[in-house]
Amino acid sequence: MEKLSKIELAKVACNVRKGIIEGTFNAKSGHPGGSLSMTEIVTYLYFNEMNIDPTQPVKADRDRFVLSKGHAAPALYSVMAQRGYFPIEELKTLRKVDSRLQGHPSMHYLPGIDISSGSLGQGISAACGMALGGKLKGADFRVYTVLGDGEIEEGQVWEAAMYAAAKKLDNLVAFVDNNNLQIDGTVDEVNSPYPIPEKFAAFGWNVIEIDGHSFDEIESALNNARECKGKPTAIIATTIKGKGISFMENQVNWHGAAPNAEQYEIAMNELNAVLAGMEG
Amino acid sequence: MADVIKIATRDAYGKALVELGEKNPDILVLDADLAAATKTGGFKKAYPDRFFDTGIAESNMMGVAAGLATTGYTVFASSFAMFSAGRAFEQVRNTIAYPHLNVKIGATHAGISVGEDGASHQCCEDIALMRSIPGMVIINPADDIEAREAVFAAAEHEGPVYMRFGRLAVPRIFDENYKFEIGKAVTLKEGTDVTIIATGLMVNEAIEAAKVLEEEGISVELINMHTIKPLDKAAVVAAAKKTGCIVTAEEHNIIGGLGDAVCDAVCDVYPVPVVKVGVEDTFGKSGPAVDLLHIFGLDAKNIVEKAKTAISKKK
Repeated sequence: MEKLSKIELAKVACNVRKGIIEGTFNAKSGHPGGSLSMTEIVTYLYFNEMNIDPTQPVKADRDRFVLSKGHAAPALYSVMAQRGYFPIEELKTLRKVDSRLQGHPSMHYLPGIDISSGSLGQGISAACGMALGGKLKGADFRVYTVLGDGEIEEGQVWEAAMYAAAKKLDNLVAFVDNNNLQIDGTVDEVNSPYPIPEKFAAFGWNVIEIDGHSFDEIESALNNARECKGKPTAIIATTIKGKGISFMENQVNWHGAAPNAEQYEIAMNELNAVLAGMEG
Repeated sequence: MADVIKIATRDAYGKALVELGEKNPDILVLDADLAAATKTGGFKKAYPDRFFDTGIAESNMMGVAAGLATTGYTVFASSFAMFSAGRAFEQVRNTIAYPHLNVKIGATHAGISVGEDGASHQCCEDIALMRSIPGMVIINPADDIEAREAVFAAAEHEGPVYMRFGRLAVPRIFDENYKFEIGKAVTLKEGTDVTIIATGLMVNEAIEAAKVLEEEGISVELINMHTIKPLDKAAVVAAAKKTGCIVTAEEHNIIGGLGDAVCDAVCDVYPVPVVKVGVEDTFGKSGPAVDLLHIFGLDAKNIVEKAKTAISKKK
């Protein structure tokens, strides 16, 4: 697939956001805040970075994606739908009985999910295993994972971080979606993981800090990661929780709450206005 | 009479892995800094490129095993039972079992027979924990022959398997012609008065107990239940119908293990008295393994007593 221009990526991201709102509104639950904060990251990965084919979701040489912060599934599902894994209409089934779109990603339900995730701290270990498996096979696929900034309070993340560096897993890229909010407050209030870049650097990672909503910076960080040999790369992305919906931005109460009908209208109108602006 | 061969099931695990590794290039082995104790060290020496030590980080090891399995390998992840089923329970549940990945957990040092290390390392809860996970297969071999067979069968099985091995050298029961099938109970002896269903190192104690009971004129049906899950319910129910009472014997807490599994199998189909021999919902303690087994009632003598109790409860 041809790489998208930045403006095309921005349009896709806007549509991904619409899918997040559509899904959580219909489900009457879910996690819009942390989905909206990582929208540009997954949009770039699924459209301009990863070697994937929606018609062959389990082909052996595909790049892998692990949503370690599995509660942001609405964003993953939405970007997968945009990319053609399944009909966009299906986003309305999010979290419903017998939906392929489980509350947290399940490889058992949905082809294209590379591993089930959602219990925080565990996805990055699985991503390490995939990266190790690739090296062992002499395959050149790459493995991408997204962690929450609250998630990195889990000790297992640092077990995995130590291991990835020790095994020189330079085919592994871990984003930290640093939106600075977790359920009980700001991450530094709850149990500060700061400084995050220094911690990953101390564990032996190649560390890059970016604005997680800038496609230019995401692109340049991923190019840097590709060039870096002998080390896994951590991309610490400063983001805004709830990004793109005025009343959700930087509001912790939108971590795990769905918009009601009125809020749904406002959110969709805002996103449609942005899209119209880009068309104009 | 020739001396009885005594080999720990963990030793058989280590040797079987080497054998398996030679036959199958897609076998990987992981350990968490216990390769010398879990006996995966042999595989490490034979196939260094297919052995990965994650260091003392069992949670990460289980996740790495899952990730490797998604790339097409059959992964054996090894640690003590305490840290495999205990510490890493949720990693096993969510990242291995929920996606039903091809990870085989080789859990050694299970039960009281860990000995001197004491209660912190004597895991008597692992069967209960693993039993509660949908789709998990649990194998608790009785001797080195069965342990080897279990490893090969686990490799053939599609999906997660928990294998429970011991530290203590135990008498060899079976011979080289022994046929093992996951989920298929092995009737070691037929009888009519009482059924003894044993697993792991308690199988040998049950054999000894059966001899004593037979000498007293009590006819014993003896079953080796190497697979705790899926349990051979048909064998349990058939034995219940035949003898009218059951004694279970396991080196595990009486809560959640073989005894409970057997009770579950008969309770709504053909209820009979079931008396459990196991660790009586208590923590272990330090001491020589063989002494501890007697102290905790994990021996032939207690099985004999419980068999008589079971018979006395028959209607």
